[in-house]
Amino acid sequence: MRYLTDRKKAVGMGSAKTGTAHFWAMKVSSVALLLLVPLFVFTFGCALGGTYEEVMAYYSRPFPAIVAALTFIIGFKHFNDGAQVLIEDYVHGMAQKISLILLTCISYAAMATGVFAIAKIAL
Amino acid sequence: MAEKSAMTGGSKGTLKGFDMADVNRGNRPLSPHLSIYRPQLTSITSILTRITGNALLISALFIVWWFLAAATSEEYFNVANGVITSWFGDLVMFFSVLGLWYHTLAGIRHLIWDNAIGLDLPTAYKMGYAVLIGSVVLTVLTVVIL
Ligand code: HEM
Repeated sequence: MRYLTDRKKAVGMGSAKTGTAHFWAMKVSSVALLLLVPLFVFTFGCALGGTYEEVMAYYSRPFPAIVAALTFIIGFKHFNDGAQVLIEDYVHGMAQKISLILLTCISYAAMATGVFAIAKIAL
Repeated sequence: MAEKSAMTGGSKGTLKGFDMADVNRGNRPLSPHLSIYRPQLTSITSILTRITGNALLISALFIVWWFLAAATSEEYFNVANGVITSWFGDLVMFFSVLGLWYHTLAGIRHLIWDNAIGLDLPTAYKMGYAVLIGSVVLTVLTVVIL
């Protein structure tokens, strides 16, 4: 071991080389949510509190429906990427792998359910 | 023992048989030294970004459930809608809005920081207060408007 230089010991032990894509995905979804979140809060806020008929009529309109669908898609992608960092910080080994798989299942299941519901109401 | 000689060795130049990659391995305090750090605005606003972002899953699942119920039947809608518009649902929605605006403003701060802007302490503190106060103001506005 004492014949290895510091550099040789460090080579290959660095980044996983995929961090940049994650960082960029986080930026893109953040900027998109910056627009979508206020739109969703105020459209959903308008619909909430209405009767069944009012809610069905409101979400049959293209604008609120498309805003809600986009918010679900981008919001749950952003959540998935964000919560991945939380898990990587605190959970390690096999438990980390299982947690990340479960996280992906929850994020995409919720995303698909939300989009399905909007589509069914709107169409 | 090893850590002591490594530390003194570090300041006095390179010693034989000592290398940077192994200094103190496994026997050093872990960042961010939570047990010895005084809570500061910067650390509190940082962890709140994490807490709000991840806790928003609960709000998001609540809302998806409401939409699924609406897409299923009037009876199911009335069940989900009853829960979300109850006092308990109102409480959840109130804290969701507060957490969402906090996380949004903290997110904007991160997007600014990513350009290496505002990383000095005075600016970081100003933005920290802006995020905290701004999220309360936006929450009040949202409650008033809706
Ligand atoms: C306008 C809306 C939003 C903006 C601008 C935004 C922005 C950001 C940014 C910039 C980060 C990275 C922070 C860092 O580098 O440490 C982040 C993290 C995160 N965001 Fe958001 N976000 C928004 C909405 C949401 C929503 C709606 C959710 C949940 C459904 C969410 C969940 C998360 C999570 C879980 C993280 C990871 C936090 C951690 O490190 O544990 N965000 N967000």
